[in-house]
Amino acid sequence: MKRNNDEEPKKVVLESGIEVKPVYGPEDTEDLSFEEKIGHPGEYPFTRGIHPLMYRKRPWTMRQYSGFGTAKETNERFKWLLEQGQTALNVAFDLPTQMGLDSDDPFAEQEAGRVGMAIDTLKDLEEAFEDIPIDRISTALTINPVASVLLAMYLVVAEKQGITWDQVRGTTQNDILKEYIGRGTWIFPVKPSIRLIGDMVEFCSSKVPKFNPFSVCGYHIRESGATPVQEMAYAFEIAIAYIQEVLGRGLKIDNFAGRIAFNFDIHGNLWEQVAKFRAGRRLWAKIVKERFGAQNPRSMTLRMIAGGGGGGLTVQQPENNIVRGAYYALISALSGTQTMALCSYDEAYTIPSKKAALISLRTMQILADEMGLKDTVDPLGGSYYIEWLTDRMEKKIVEIMQKVEDLGGMVKAVQEGHIQREVSHQAYLKEKKIQSGEIPKIGVNRYVMAEERAEIEMHPFNPNVFDEQKKKLERLKSERDNAGVEAALLGLKQAAQTAENVMPHMLEAVRKYATLGEITKVLKDVFGEFKEPVGL
Amino acid sequence: MVIAKPGLDGHDVGAKVVALALKDAGMEVIYTGLHRTIEEIVKTAMEEDADVIGLSIYSGAHLSLSKKLVDGLKDMGLADKIVLVGGNIPQKDTKILEEYGVDRVFPVGTKLDDIIGFIRKRMGAENEKK
Repeated sequence: MKRNNDEEPKKVVLESGIEVKPVYGPEDTEDLSFEEKIGHPGEYPFTRGIHPLMYRKRPWTMRQYSGFGTAKETNERFKWLLEQGQTALNVAFDLPTQMGLDSDDPFAEQEAGRVGMAIDTLKDLEEAFEDIPIDRISTALTINPVASVLLAMYLVVAEKQGITWDQVRGTTQNDILKEYIGRGTWIFPVKPSIRLIGDMVEFCSSKVPKFNPFSVCGYHIRESGATPVQEMAYAFEIAIAYIQEVLGRGLKIDNFAGRIAFNFDIHGNLWEQVAKFRAGRRLWAKIVKERFGAQNPRSMTLRMIAGGGGGGLTVQQPENNIVRGAYYALISALSGTQTMALCSYDEAYTIPSKKAALISLRTMQILADEMGLKDTVDPLGGSYYIEWLTDRMEKKIVEIMQKVEDLGGMVKAVQEGHIQREVSHQAYLKEKKIQSGEIPKIGVNRYVMAEERAEIEMHPFNPNVFDEQKKKLERLKSERDNAGVEAALLGLKQAAQTAENVMPHMLEAVRKYATLGEITKVLKDVFGEFKEPVGL
Repeated sequence: MVIAKPGLDGHDVGAKVVALALKDAGMEVIYTGLHRTIEEIVKTAMEEDADVIGLSIYSGAHLSLSKKLVDGLKDMGLADKIVLVGGNIPQKDTKILEEYGVDRVFPVGTKLDDIIGFIRKRMGAENEKK
């Protein structure tokens, strides 16, 4: 078909609401000062990356999410992943663990070991890390309302391996505000939950200096329906809420800001994602420097894990997700991430099978070693389009942050359900656009194949975990020092009732083999439970 | 109708999107929020005199939760309620759920219009019976 030259090209508007021109040139970037807006990698405002040499010096960390069944099964998977060249661990816990319930809780029956590994006591975590030298790897613990308990367990595992706390590297996800917005593993009300985060930051800044006590997750907010600019804006407002909590305890910004980590999502338009991260780095540096008065450049750097984006994957034609995953990895590398965790092709069905996990890992290795992604820093920097878009995205993020601050800040906005409502309405709009075909999705609304739903090889669920854990708990409770457990739990209760830091008491309770459920119950008795604002 | 999230699973996007779509279609929708027990869901269905109860489950625990709901409704003399289950439900489980007494399974990828259409059709049929 011959194209009419006078015909207007179809309008392109990104999810973030920015209209894109067919061509960009020098006139689009002439008001962007190099020193102020772009600068060199490793220097303020870090638009191009947080290290001067980025992957040329060290490739991104590869950290696939894994964990299922019992600690023993998970330990085998961890060792296998490390043998395959994975460079760090990313631990998946089952839902009872994430919700602070023991495996023998009636509410846990069908869930023990299902979407991650079951942890009831220190004993389980000891087994999960058996023969894994935890001073040589960094470990991300994907746990939120009971992150303080898992941190305590991990530190005691280190002790038992003869490793001092100053050598322990890792991250507890521990971002409770995003749990209220998406993902949904919350227990306690907002204020005491944030206090627990503050306790952990305070404790880690003096005792576990290489540990990131929280990782702010734009990821799940985006997965719940937010646009890319909302994802960044809400993540920053959440981080600001935690910073304010910690500053309120008398810590200086430079004591802890260098240990703030972020977790972001990648799916959708490639250029929009790359610009999102470049804009995010620039804006975050400015916020930490100008608003909070940081002096140490490290405090100003946006350190992140990115690569996933389960929301972009489809149940239909699941093998297409392998290709999507490879593009997400490419975007992630072009965006200068520190750590990559790809969503595996079976993510729309279940947690990753061994085969799916290996394909994800090999995808990252192929990208790093065969494709030249390590050769030079921020290869898209200086592109008229990317620099223009980075600037537009930054402005949009600032506008959305202002809206949150007008609502009284993130804590209040979440307590009252404003953000939850905004995000679910956005999800509804997006779903309507996918169903109408306005947002193209291959295999869903284009190139649809009349097929039976593909039955792909899936991760098997072990229904015996519940019984195994139950027996293990019974045995443990008959063998441990029960008076010691009670004393430790009482100490924890008293700390929770006052402003005393709970971490030393948490460590004591864990050492005595108090169960996760027992510890959580103490906190629930003191703090109460969150009441979800469910208005649609 | 009642849209419910039973158990520990926190994936609530699907539930909220469906609830908003049904609301837009003119239906009266109550969303329970997360972490509900089956007993609580049955109670809500009774109190609200709901005609339809939709469970949304993504963790993989759909079989036992759905069975409990169907049995719970029967015990309360509410066997005539329409029970729908949505989420990442493998095809092989659809039949099992229907044998339990679930009226219809809407797996990930279902069109919102199909859900709305199914409910309208069933409600129309129910009203004719009365």
